[in-house]
Amino acid sequence: MGKVYRTHILVCAGTGCVASGSLKVRDKMISEIERHGLKDEVMVASTGCNGFCAAGPITIVHPEGIFYKRLNVDDVPFFIEELLIKGRTVKKHLFTEEQRNEQIPIMNDIGFFKNQVLVVLKNRALIDPDVIDEYIGRDGYLPTSKALLEMTPDQIVEEVLTSGLRGRGGAGFSTGMKWKFCKEAKGEVKYILCNADEGDPGAFMDRSVLESDPHAVLEGMIIGGKAIGAHKGYIYVRAEYPLAIQRLNTAIGQARDYGLLGENIFGSGFDFDIELYYGAGAFVCGEETALMQSIEGKRGMPRPRPPFPAHKGLWAKPTVLNNVETFANIPQIIMRGGAWFASLGTETSKGTKVFALTGDVTNIGLIEVPMGITLRQIVYDIGGGIKNDKGLKAIQIGGPSGGCLPASIIDTPVDYESIVKTGAIVGSGGMVVMDEGNCMVDIAKFFLGFTAEESCGKCTPCRVGTAILLEKLTDISEGRGKDGDIEILETVGRNIISSSLCGLGQTAPNPILTTIRYFRDEYEAHIYDKKCPAKRCKALITFAIDPEKCTGCTLCKRNCPQQCISGEKKMPHTIDQSLCIRCSLCYDSCKFDAITVA
Amino acid sequence: MNPYQIAKEYNAFLQNESLTEFKDKIDSILEDYRERRGGLIPVLQQVQEYLKFLPPVVQNYVALGLGVPSSDVYGVVSFYSFFSMKPRGRHLVRTCLGTACYVKGIQKVIDKIERGFDVTMGGTTKDRRFTLQGVRCLGACGLAPVVVVDENTLGQVDHAKIVKMLEKYE
Repeated sequence: MGKVYRTHILVCAGTGCVASGSLKVRDKMISEIERHGLKDEVMVASTGCNGFCAAGPITIVHPEGIFYKRLNVDDVPFFIEELLIKGRTVKKHLFTEEQRNEQIPIMNDIGFFKNQVLVVLKNRALIDPDVIDEYIGRDGYLPTSKALLEMTPDQIVEEVLTSGLRGRGGAGFSTGMKWKFCKEAKGEVKYILCNADEGDPGAFMDRSVLESDPHAVLEGMIIGGKAIGAHKGYIYVRAEYPLAIQRLNTAIGQARDYGLLGENIFGSGFDFDIELYYGAGAFVCGEETALMQSIEGKRGMPRPRPPFPAHKGLWAKPTVLNNVETFANIPQIIMRGGAWFASLGTETSKGTKVFALTGDVTNIGLIEVPMGITLRQIVYDIGGGIKNDKGLKAIQIGGPSGGCLPASIIDTPVDYESIVKTGAIVGSGGMVVMDEGNCMVDIAKFFLGFTAEESCGKCTPCRVGTAILLEKLTDISEGRGKDGDIEILETVGRNIISSSLCGLGQTAPNPILTTIRYFRDEYEAHIYDKKCPAKRCKALITFAIDPEKCTGCTLCKRNCPQQCISGEKKMPHTIDQSLCIRCSLCYDSCKFDAITVA
Repeated sequence: MNPYQIAKEYNAFLQNESLTEFKDKIDSILEDYRERRGGLIPVLQQVQEYLKFLPPVVQNYVALGLGVPSSDVYGVVSFYSFFSMKPRGRHLVRTCLGTACYVKGIQKVIDKIERGFDVTMGGTTKDRRFTLQGVRCLGACGLAPVVVVDENTLGQVDHAKIVKMLEKYE
């Protein structure tokens, strides 16, 4: 018999909170509770990523479900005493919603959580990902038993087709169709692969799912294996995600011990096993054919399709590759039915989508929302609006394959078709909110710098094209822009899209094309006026000291790495423009707002 | 280096008895993967974990051990950013180059590190104390800007304090 506790204290142990010290908090809590002799009444456990990473270390106290933010080791003795001995809510660590200016104790009342719909993340912050029994306690592996014992492969594929689930990795291809093609492909040996090589800058959905609910992904793969007739699965996971790797290894080990992986699972006669494969740091390996090359031990370069992986994939055998989030949806589609899943979302985009909401938004973290929600709802209702009361300038969606959408189209619903119409793509789920202080030329340059670096070099349009685009953008941002440059960017961009071999090249110009489409005036200001309206592009700005405001405190002078600021104590200082490298350290250090940027 | 020099250096490596321990370790890694398809990348990952970098002689040794052309090994080592052919410093400082960190000012943090320790991105300090690298998004965007020193993740890094924070790594 398990023990009954009066209180459960759940400490988040996702990457974000661990980095903020949550494991030490947990250990300290355990020792404090022992000190008070409450060991048999109170349980302390660590859970997977809660999602609200910026508020970490996060602690949730059940049964009330009270959310405590930024609870550090030093706060623990006071916290335990208040909470457990005196039985009070600890006000100091409650979450305050800025718009309403009130403290909100219950987690599910907080705007960030209230407006989410959890399917993939249903177990987040509830179970310990390292304990398979907790997963099973939440109906885990029931879908697998149903699929293996009661369903034929055709029925599984049919259910996934009914659900309308589309690949969550970016392209949005129907998962059911992919499985159907592979199921029908001839061959004794087939493979099922899970793409956990999450590479988009500003995206951490897959990391969080793997860390908080690894078994859901394993289950999705087992069910997929049964559907297409594969007995071997690989998870291709980034080496940069050590915690996700550790939890996956634990999960696979436990599943094997319980007979949920291996031979004759549930006595159904179906064999299936999963192997982990660590990526070695190449963004292009997120592309399916490149990923297969990499597992084969070669340079991860894409190859032309057809033949499609459903017919000739890994080691030339029929192969299905799906994203982490796609697999995590599968168990619930099998359990609750494709029709239930299809009832969520819009006409063509079913279900929910996990997004990593970051940037200049108040509430940063991982969110899951139904398809069809508007960008406005995401940024304001869940994200809590823009930090420091600044204005919203753009929302970057889809990472280096996506685009920057301006505030004027913030009522666009988030579904595959509507987002494509804007020139961006839904992508894997990165969503970076930018305030007025961001320069769109600079952001486009950032993404092109990334794709030019990560282009594998196999096909010319991508290898040479991205370099040309980057060079032009660099010229523009450094004041060497010429009349006609915008047109060159557009033409070259369109040519790269139409002639590249894989998805990397076919989407690489999107950040440029969308920023030109929505922020053309900024490009023109850089090219014709040699000005950066957001004051970000170093070559186009100058720093000066306002003699009226300068008190002569010498702080800027001491901070300047070029020693180009001169002036006597208590007298207004001046900057030698010929030496200034525009590092903005003086601007950041001035306490009197005396440094102006123009 | 011309082929003759490479062969000479490789021969010296094989006959150098002080390196027996290294070679035994690599042999034991090779042993696990000799029969498996697609073993090259896991082998290189483990060898690098042990040696900290992959000089050409080691690449040749691995190629011979797995029975693949050394050009294939070099091709893989030079393709993936995880592999390094140069020795690294005692501490690896990885700065996240993801969008969220960019928006939150990772560049200023990098500038401070470069100036504070006289090191450039991708390079190692003269005393081999730090190697500074930029890495693809670490997925800790909630903590942007993020710097990872060895295994420690530093979140919401203040550029004014980073040099001081690194001082404690000797």
